[in-house]
Amino acid sequence: MLEQILALLPQVIFDGLILGFVYAMVALGYTMVYGVLELINFAHSEIFMIGAVVGVEVFRYLAPQVESGFLLLLLALILGGAVAGITAILVERFAYRPLRKRGTTNRLVPLITAIGVSFILQDLVRLIEGLWHNEFFLRMRTVEDLEGSVELFGGAIFAQTKSFILMGVSILMLLGLTYLVNRTKLGVAIRAVAQDLHTASLMGIDPDRIISRTFLIGGSLGGVAGVLFALQYTTITPYVGFLPGIKAFTAAVLGGIGNIPGAMLGGLVLGQLENFFGTYLPILTNGNFGTEYKDVVAFLILILILLLRPQGLLGQVVKEKV
Amino acid sequence: MNALSFLLSLAYLGLAFLAPSPVSHLFGLAALGVTAFLRLSPTWRTLNLALLTLAFTVGLMRSGNTLGLIGLVGILVALTTLPRIPTGIRVLLALAILLLSVPMAGFANTFIFELGIQIGIYAAMALGLNVVVGMAGLLDLGYAAFFAVGAYTWAIFGSEQAKNFMQGNFPLPGEYMYLFMGIAIVTTALTGLVIGLPALRLRGDYLAIVTLGLGEVVRILANNLDHPINFTNGPQGITPVQRPPIDWFRQLMATLGVHLDRTTDYQLFFYFLVLLMIGLVVLVNVNLANSRFGRAWVAIREDEVAARSMGIPLLPTKLLAFMTGAAFSGVMGVIFAAQRTFVSPESFTLLASITILGMVILGGMGSIPGAILGAAALTILNLDVLKTFSEFVRTSLPQIPNQVDPAKYERLVFGLILVLMMIFRPEGLIPEKRHKAEMAAFPEGKQGGEA
Repeated sequence: MLEQILALLPQVIFDGLILGFVYAMVALGYTMVYGVLELINFAHSEIFMIGAVVGVEVFRYLAPQVESGFLLLLLALILGGAVAGITAILVERFAYRPLRKRGTTNRLVPLITAIGVSFILQDLVRLIEGLWHNEFFLRMRTVEDLEGSVELFGGAIFAQTKSFILMGVSILMLLGLTYLVNRTKLGVAIRAVAQDLHTASLMGIDPDRIISRTFLIGGSLGGVAGVLFALQYTTITPYVGFLPGIKAFTAAVLGGIGNIPGAMLGGLVLGQLENFFGTYLPILTNGNFGTEYKDVVAFLILILILLLRPQGLLGQVVKEKV
Repeated sequence: MNALSFLLSLAYLGLAFLAPSPVSHLFGLAALGVTAFLRLSPTWRTLNLALLTLAFTVGLMRSGNTLGLIGLVGILVALTTLPRIPTGIRVLLALAILLLSVPMAGFANTFIFELGIQIGIYAAMALGLNVVVGMAGLLDLGYAAFFAVGAYTWAIFGSEQAKNFMQGNFPLPGEYMYLFMGIAIVTTALTGLVIGLPALRLRGDYLAIVTLGLGEVVRILANNLDHPINFTNGPQGITPVQRPPIDWFRQLMATLGVHLDRTTDYQLFFYFLVLLMIGLVVLVNVNLANSRFGRAWVAIREDEVAARSMGIPLLPTKLLAFMTGAAFSGVMGVIFAAQRTFVSPESFTLLASITILGMVILGGMGSIPGAILGAAALTILNLDVLKTFSEFVRTSLPQIPNQVDPAKYERLVFGLILVLMMIFRPEGLIPEKRHKAEMAAFPEGKQGGEA
């Protein structure tokens, strides 16, 4: 059995890395919004799904026209990111901002709204796809350029071109975001609003604008992640965002919510853990407990972190404001 | 005005008797609206309500159209919320609607029974979730998990399923269902303890996502525990589940002069059983709300830190709320399993949890009549209105692609209800007093979310 485990290990780590980058990119959206508004934006998993659906549609319609698979993917990434980002702005504008303006103190109100928005988006996409193609189980069209594969380390790892692209794009996006948050004026403003919305507004920062931008950035990252997810895993439905969404949130908590490098780290760790259990649980238990339990593992991790280290791997302890 | 409204009601009574049709029922609903919202003298209003009760009953019996049921629900709401109606008349009319009108309509159209039973089951669960979300302010997004535990508790032992892992004479006879209602209280409260003990230590918004995850875990377990040992029979679900024998009920009804046939006997029985359960649940709810625990829950909801400094032990108090809510859901799970004789993981998805949450939100967090109204409204919407609308789209608008079937868009509808309620009326349709004050707008400059 040990031999079997060792033989699979390089592939498991590689696949876990792919999954981890997807989680990391989605986790950033959660963590940024949480940092600014202290809101778990449940709808972010649907923003991710919208990116994936846009990716599928771009491939469906433009694949015959565009020769190069790489150009096609670039178009899909730009469009997916844009549509997802704009949706995120609209969600903030029409669902969350009215609550903020009214200023209820009840913490449940924004959370319940977020759940509602998430449900609305799922069925809206289903409705649009239903009217458009009369089906909502979508398959990503495969493009030859992106399907090439190599075997690394003497066949221990089977790697596809698209997996490398996924990792490359993710790393670029993560680096870009780190630069944006740490080195630009917008980044300073975002951090200021996250720290103290009121004081920031006294310093000449328009909080509404910054919050809107935060949703745009988080949303487009989620959208790009969605396109890459569709490219990698090919089957997309309007409900596909739910599980990756919860897990990405788990990743954000794992890394320390509100903390950007933490979200990346959390995503990568969670991707590894999940893939590890998903592959090895059936082997270790002789098939008695199948791959389905990998989701259970992810939730148990979430609970364990929240109990043992609620500030996450990289987060700082925050005292509850009275 | 008074006489006019009376004439409207009278006109509907005539229409319901002579020409029962969807249009005349809509007219009846309009008459009910006039009665409820215009300024009428209490006597006329009471008279109108009595008349409309009669009219909707007649309409239901003659046409079996579920719009009539909406009317009856509306009257019940009016009876609980409108001021200055004599208490005796309130109780009398409500009992007449629940014990006479609905069963009589059920004999005309058995779908009314099905609706009534489902409304009842969901109302009891909404009341349970109301304890957790409304009173104690803990957002539980995995509430259907407890419903599942209750349903499976009876389904496993009330069918041949239990033979797979233990010796004994299974299925247990149907009488044991009553015993299992008690057992389910224990198993679901224990599940609540196991889930709550870690989850309730967390801050409010983390609790939401953890319960969301754990609700999903219970569903995954129900789906996959058919191997290595077959506990739940996986995605196929368990069937047939035993129902309690009801010879005594048939005899009782026969002495009352009601003759039941093979389809309506169990429906009537479960309808009354569910009514009885709601009565009990409401009683428990009211008593809890006014008890030491109820006040402690509200205190925690309003301000955790202040509550703790007043000497309320946070974790045990929250756990109690969580377990109480779980127990309500568990009992209804047993009834659900017996009534349908079939249990499968599909009934316990996130959608089910959110549906129940939607009922509590629609009616008003913390409000007991609100939870019942919410359950009635969403159940009728889900089982009847959306399906009718689907039928309409299928037959009258064939150019619309068949994937666009309104009955499958519950998520959109529930999502819209949640968002619109939160934005425009967060205190719900029948607000509880304290929530109403809390949800009221604060002066400019005070920011929510972080306070």
